[in-house]
Amino acid sequence: MILDPARFVDMERVYWNELQVILDKLRAEPGWRMSIPEVTRLHYLYERCSADLVRLDTFSTEPLLRAYVESLVSRAYAEIHETRAPSGKVRWRAIVAAFPRAFRRHLGAFRLAVGLTLLGCAFGWFAIRTDPDVKAILMPFPGLLDPPATRVTREESARIDRLHGQKASFSAMLMTHNIQVTMMTLAFGVTWGVGTVILLFYNGVTLGAISADYVGAGYTQFLAGWLLPHGAIEIPAILLGGQAGLVLAGALIGWGERASRADRLRSVARDLLVIGLGAAALLVWAGLVEAFVSQYHQPVLPYGLKIAFGLLELAALSIYLARAGRV
Amino acid sequence: MKALRIETPEGVVFSLQLATPVLRALAWSVDGAMLIAASVVIGRVSGTFAAIGADWANAIATLLYFVSSMAYGMAFEWYWRGQTLGKRMFGLRVVDAQGLRLRPAQVVLRNLLRSVDFLPGAYLVGATACLLSAKGQRLGDLAANTVVLREAKLLEPDVEHIAPAKYNSLLALPYLAARLRSRVDPDAVRIAVTALALRDGYDPPARVQLFGELAGYFRALVEFPEAAVEGLTDEQYVRSAVRAIYRK
Repeated sequence: MILDPARFVDMERVYWNELQVILDKLRAEPGWRMSIPEVTRLHYLYERCSADLVRLDTFSTEPLLRAYVESLVSRAYAEIHETRAPSGKVRWRAIVAAFPRAFRRHLGAFRLAVGLTLLGCAFGWFAIRTDPDVKAILMPFPGLLDPPATRVTREESARIDRLHGQKASFSAMLMTHNIQVTMMTLAFGVTWGVGTVILLFYNGVTLGAISADYVGAGYTQFLAGWLLPHGAIEIPAILLGGQAGLVLAGALIGWGERASRADRLRSVARDLLVIGLGAAALLVWAGLVEAFVSQYHQPVLPYGLKIAFGLLELAALSIYLARAGRV
Repeated sequence: MKALRIETPEGVVFSLQLATPVLRALAWSVDGAMLIAASVVIGRVSGTFAAIGADWANAIATLLYFVSSMAYGMAFEWYWRGQTLGKRMFGLRVVDAQGLRLRPAQVVLRNLLRSVDFLPGAYLVGATACLLSAKGQRLGDLAANTVVLREAKLLEPDVEHIAPAKYNSLLALPYLAARLRSRVDPDAVRIAVTALALRDGYDPPARVQLFGELAGYFRALVEFPEAAVEGLTDEQYVRSAVRAIYRK
């Protein structure tokens, strides 16, 4: 209990001022690493100010004084109760292993993402095979509206490099676009998964429609040679974005979980980050391959070579995600 | 204004003021202006790469703009402990919803999800979520378990400078002065301090009216004996009241 408020303020003000100076320094110099005596002193000042706040509550309501001490306590609390050290030295080996580990921890969500995409593929395939007129609606780019035979003949007989002087900018455009789509697939998990499910299904529909169009016209080899070099990485990357979106949705919904929503989100936040960044890194590679390899067909690049390259990438990615980081 | 109530493991309870959507929009407009400025700089910088080919210059510009737009919020919020330039200007800060400091995963996640909050344009989804949420969280905040606070960095004003006085008759009555401190609204004190600091800049009629209203507010809180306030003008009364509140 405070018997003499004026004396109490006079006695404690020196500690409040000291705490304020430390907190201001922490804000002004984010890289400041405190020594053990400094940390000890900060902790002491925090506890003392906390006790003052409690005493002010029990004594009376002096709103201005209470607000001042409360602001000090709240700022000190954030510093004292941060148990994780700021990020230090970057350890690449740990980063490379963290991605597949995070992927494997949420394998169920990945399987669901694959299932939704396959469902979309089946729908797109069925739609094109039963009603070819829907091609105008389902194809994502105007260039795909031509009959496959026209495109294959045009690109196989091309004498000039149609991407000459544009390959780097085309590659950059593909990278940024695909990363945005993947991040959107992840981010839509926050709509309790509805947006992620729609995007995964829609991607599947597009893939199924293109496949049905080219396979139906007898150009399976061209399709595989065109899609596999970059698709072997790009499609799994989008599926990984979908996996992260579904994990986020699962944490928000929390079926059968006893932990609070905040705790559930806290427990998956790092995995979402790792999977999202891993997928983005894969898409940088996919963008390079799509611009510099995928757009060149026989006789410039034999289909067998392109297909083998794509299968090799897919195998390497599968082994990496399945094996890397296992103890 | 919404507040976030925190109870520490030591049993101390305190509250943090949450930022309003309007303040957040203002901070974002500053950040948006920064990104526009960055895109202009990137355009100029990438122009210097024209020597290695227009194709590569375009590619570098595309990638730099993409990285800067994605990384702006993440980098600033991590390095400045929850503040971008706009948030710093308006005294806002992103913190963990439990009042703790931000972790990298939270910073990245809330910024990645900005794309959903922005839909269908001008942060309509984010603003709606903000208004509906008890903690004023947009969807990115909800997923990252973060809140945006209006920083309560309260400092004692330089009372000696803004309200000089040789003798304060209100402080001669400590019990009534204590009652004044217990009844006064902090926002009203802040207005009074600002009015005193700027008093020489007001038109005389406006100055008389302003201090008349402030003195009326303080007089209504506690009735001091006539002898203590005799001869005090409204402005002198406000000055004495502020000094009594800060025990000067």
